[in-house]
Amino acid sequence: MHPITTAHYLVLSAILLVIGTLGVLTRRNIVIILMSIELILNAVNINLIAFARHLGQVSGQIFAIFVIVVAVGEAAVGLGILIALFRNKETVQADEIDLLKW
Amino acid sequence: MTETIFFYIFALLTLGGAVLTVTRKSAVYSAVSLIVSLVGVAGLFLLQQAEFLFAVQIILYIGGVMVLFLFVIMLVNLDEAAKQRQWNRQWWLALACLLGAGALIVYFLSQGAGAFRIASPALGGAPPSAAPGNTERLADTLFSDYLLPFEIASVLLLVAVVGSVFLAKKKV
Repeated sequence: MHPITTAHYLVLSAILLVIGTLGVLTRRNIVIILMSIELILNAVNINLIAFARHLGQVSGQIFAIFVIVVAVGEAAVGLGILIALFRNKETVQADEIDLLKW
Repeated sequence: MTETIFFYIFALLTLGGAVLTVTRKSAVYSAVSLIVSLVGVAGLFLLQQAEFLFAVQIILYIGGVMVLFLFVIMLVNLDEAAKQRQWNRQWWLALACLLGAGALIVYFLSQGAGAFRIASPALGGAPPSAAPGNTERLADTLFSDYLLPFEIASVLLLVAVVGSVFLAKKKV
């Protein structure tokens, strides 16, 4: 068994990013789209922390903390919008919300 | 050796949970799979000697964000949505683009170690602080070099809290 290098983490995070992007682009349910965004942000965090260890500094981990802060804010606001939307339109499907579409 | 085994276990948790999150019909199953995936990511943080972020990931993501998600899933009636079509009409376009991205990853993997020549460490920058633990070092850096972004992040969180309460309120 070969040792785990930084490249392993980079490949893992790339695959996680692709899965998350697939979820954002293809699903209709807004709740699942928001969860896929969380997956994407986690892929970014894996990358940041792999490089923080590779370079022997903690700056990458601090960036990961900021990413988590933004992710939490995004989830809270996104779910608030979702509740307001469901109250008005009675749907959670992203492609049924087309008021601005001509 | 142990690290290799644990890496593959956590990678399996992360990717398996992610695939299930994206493909499940019911949002509750998706949320539970996402929790599995986040636990895997937390384990990867631990392997990378980021103990503080491991704790943050467990407490904040799994204990906070996922509970918020589950609350909203319970509040919003998703039974109707689970019976309908799950994929939007552009799914084939997204799939084609992402197959391209996947082919790129496979290409780099097939190139072997040569494709991943990453710049070596010790390129200057701030000298690592002398504090013993990961949390102490993080705190030293966060409250000296990154103090302004830290304060801005607190303002961002305040705006997010007020905004989400305002948005979810029935009548203003």
